[in-house]
Amino acid sequence: MAVAATSRLNLLARLGGAAEECLAYLGGLAQLSSRALWLVFVSPLKRRRSFDRAAGQAMSVGVGAIPIVSLITFFIGLIMALQGAYELRRLGAMQLVPALVAVAVTRELGPLITAIVVIGRSGSAFAAEIGTMRVTEELDALEAMALDPMAFLVAPKFVAMAVMVPCLAVWSDLMGVLGGCAFGVTAGGFTTLGYFTSTRNALTASDVVTGIVKSFVFGLIITAVGCQEGFSTGAGAQEVGRSTTSAVVRSILMVILVDVVFTIFFYITGGLS
Amino acid sequence: MDAAVVGTPIISARDLRVRYGEREILHGLRFDILHGETVVILGGSGSGKSTLLRTMVGLEKSHSGELRVKGVDMGKASERTKAELRLKMGLSFQGGALLGSLSVGENIALPLLEHSGLAPSTVEVMVRIKLEQVGLSGFEDFSPSALSGGMKKRAAFARALAMDPEILFFDEPSAGLDPIMAAGIDNLILNLKKAYTVTMVIVTHELASAFLVADRIMVVDKGDIIADGPPDLLRQSDHPRVRQFLDRVPDSESGDDEVDHLRMYTEGVR
Repeated sequence: MAVAATSRLNLLARLGGAAEECLAYLGGLAQLSSRALWLVFVSPLKRRRSFDRAAGQAMSVGVGAIPIVSLITFFIGLIMALQGAYELRRLGAMQLVPALVAVAVTRELGPLITAIVVIGRSGSAFAAEIGTMRVTEELDALEAMALDPMAFLVAPKFVAMAVMVPCLAVWSDLMGVLGGCAFGVTAGGFTTLGYFTSTRNALTASDVVTGIVKSFVFGLIITAVGCQEGFSTGAGAQEVGRSTTSAVVRSILMVILVDVVFTIFFYITGGLS
Repeated sequence: MDAAVVGTPIISARDLRVRYGEREILHGLRFDILHGETVVILGGSGSGKSTLLRTMVGLEKSHSGELRVKGVDMGKASERTKAELRLKMGLSFQGGALLGSLSVGENIALPLLEHSGLAPSTVEVMVRIKLEQVGLSGFEDFSPSALSGGMKKRAAFARALAMDPEILFFDEPSAGLDPIMAAGIDNLILNLKKAYTVTMVIVTHELASAFLVADRIMVVDKGDIIADGPPDLLRQSDHPRVRQFLDRVPDSESGDDEVDHLRMYTEGVR
């Protein structure tokens, strides 16, 4: 009996330890984000040059992601239309395909798929960049030159991601609808104009706004996790690989968790209107 | 720098202790570095000399004791005060630590563009002058990864010199270089000594270059200063560890030492 009790206590202790670690990690993320966002507004560095750095980041995380985001969300839209039509055809409700695709893509899949592509492209890159800079002493060099790495490296990334991820999400909404349209026109018996009219009628502004709000938060999370992992890189090239991997895994997990919270919230409140 | 301050301490340490986790790396150091002096900190790998350098720049926090740089207590100073102080310091890292995302010229221009109100055209001229000083004219547009080890070090010198600092720190300036390149680096330091009235702190384990450039040599061993004096005096030292270092005698219990170093590396990881 005593053995069982000890092992139960051990389990409890381990659970407690894990919970504590989790909370500490989230606290670290919150601290990093708030400091970086504060530095966006009261940067000790030259405003003009900080803006240029943010614009450069925006080009690579936003504009650079357009081709791959377009391709993926176009096919996601196409898949949604195909899967939807498979079921709806039996009910003779093919006219609902545009609405199904439009709502699914704008409210959920557009922002989510965008976030996952951005994690793969940029979240991992942030962790690798900052991690490598830690290993090669470049972070120390920045500090030695009186350039705060948070202001110099992290703040521009937050600005770029906060602006570009929502933009990408809107773009991916459009591409998803186009994907659905490709099916609708070639195999669903819609005209292009008819498909778009049905899409327009099915959508409310709140559907798109919900997606934008979510992707804004996703952008902040991806940046915070990527940079945090980068800074926590230990010594050696192997460590850079570890922090890159964990940036991707943790970002995906956190994005999905936040997505669940948002979706439940919007479900209960009836969405933003 | 006014002549009046020459001969007064610019850096002073009293009972300075630095720890990585539980392990104490520096055990209560006491020393002064005077204005305009060129001090070489000599020691083997794992002796704590690099930690000492990092502490002087404020990259490492002291655990106890006092370290004053230009009168500022580094242990108690705010980040802002330290940042202001760092504008007057130049640090050249062992591996160069040039920002890989910028060209060599941009690396040197960076502190100037961020911290001074100089026009970009002026900065461009200054970058050219600094590069010429270290013998790298024409390499402005090269990426740091395209430079050899010695060139990277020289570019890092140029960046450290960019803000015309009052104190220059060099971490292993000639480590890993061939003898010709290392001699070139020594010459560069001697030229800097002649051309500027800067205080230089050089961390190295290269005996020849230490004796060539130093006004004063501090020998650090296992976190303690075991000798401190002008090069000539040091040569006559009869301290067993100093003699061992100068005469290049291997440790008899090298096995122990190796374990010690390994432990230091594994425990020193942040």
